[in-house]
Amino acid sequence: MPVSVSASKVIYDVLKDAGVRVVSALPETWLVHLIRMAEEDPEMILVRLAKEEEGVGISAGAHFAGVKSAMLMQNHGFLASVNGIVSCAQLYRIPLLMLISARGEFGERDPWQTEGGLVTTHVLEALRIPFDRLDAAEDVKKKVAKAQTLAYSASRPVALLLGRDLMWEDA
Amino acid sequence: MKRLDAVKAVYEELSAERRVVVTIMGAVAAELQSLGHRTNFFYLQHAMGLASSMGLGIALSRPELKVIVLDGDGSVLMNLGGLTTLARYRPRNLVHVVFDNESLLSVGGFPTATSTGSDIAAIAKGAGVPHTATVKTLDEFTAAFQAALAANDLTTLVAKVEAVGPAAFVTDLSLLENRYQFQRHLQALQNRK
Repeated sequence: MPVSVSASKVIYDVLKDAGVRVVSALPETWLVHLIRMAEEDPEMILVRLAKEEEGVGISAGAHFAGVKSAMLMQNHGFLASVNGIVSCAQLYRIPLLMLISARGEFGERDPWQTEGGLVTTHVLEALRIPFDRLDAAEDVKKKVAKAQTLAYSASRPVALLLGRDLMWEDA
Repeated sequence: MKRLDAVKAVYEELSAERRVVVTIMGAVAAELQSLGHRTNFFYLQHAMGLASSMGLGIALSRPELKVIVLDGDGSVLMNLGGLTTLARYRPRNLVHVVFDNESLLSVGGFPTATSTGSDIAAIAKGAGVPHTATVKTLDEFTAAFQAALAANDLTTLVAKVEAVGPAAFVTDLSLLENRYQFQRHLQALQNRK
C-alpha cells in the first residue's frame, strides 16, 4: 500500500508528544497506518466511530475530563460532522484538533473523491475554522504544535489538512 | 409515567459523589434544572445525538467516575450508529437512560418512529449493548435505574414517558457558565483523587 508509513509515524509521534491520549477515527485509506499505530499503543485510547460527527462528542467529553484528544477523518467525514462542530464544539467553545485527509485534490484517481476536494477549504472558511496544510514531513511537528496551541488558547476547533504529497508515496 | 417524576425519583443518585450527568437539550435539561442545578450536570443544548458520544468520551477518559446520560428518542434516532460505538467500547461506568415520549416534544411535538413501532431497547441490544430494558412505570424505572448503577456495566434503559414537558426551555443558566462549571467540577474531582 503506497500510503506512507514513515509520514504516518511522524504524525503519530508528534500527536503523542503533544499529549494526545484520545484519538477518534473513522478509517479511510490514507489514515490506515495512523489508526493502527493508535490501536497498538497501550497509552492511547482509540475510539473507532460509526460516523465522524460522534468524534466531536468524544473529544468534548475528553476535554471536560481533562484529556487531550485528536480527530482523524477524511474531508467527507469533516463535511458529515458540520452540525456537531457548530452546535457542540463552537457553541460550547471546545478545542478540537482535527486532522483531515485532503482527498480530491490534484493527483486524485478516485472519481468519487473529487467533489469533496472542491469544497473542503471553503466550508472550513465559512465555519471560521483556522486551518493549515501538512504537505511535508519536516513541517509536521511545528504545525501540529501551533495548531494545538491555538485550539486551546481560543477554545475552538482547528484543522490540519493532510495532503497527498505527505501521505501518499507515489504521488 | 411523567419524565419529571422519573428524574425526581433518581435525583439524589444523579447528585452523588463521583457521578456526572450529561443530558440532551430541551425538556430533559429544563426539568432536571427545575429540580436544582448541580455543577456535575451538563446540558448539551444542541448537537442532537451527541450526548451519548460525550458521555462515552468522559467515561473512557475517567474510569473512576460514573457517567449517566439522559437521552431522548429523537436524539438517539439521530445517532443510531453511536449505539454501536457505545457497545463496542462498553464503558462499565456509563448508564444510558433514554426517555422515550415517542415525540420531538421540544421542537413542536412531531411523532418519532418509536410511535410507529421502532424499539430503541431492541436496537441497542442489537447494537451489542450488554444490558437493555424498557420500563413503563415509575417503580419499574427506579428499580431498573438502581440495578443499572449497581451492575457496573453498560446499560441502555428506555423509559416510556408521557409527551409533556415544561412551559419554557430557556433557563437563566448560560450555556458557557454550565460548560465551565462542569469542566471545573471534573477537574476538582481529579485533584481530590
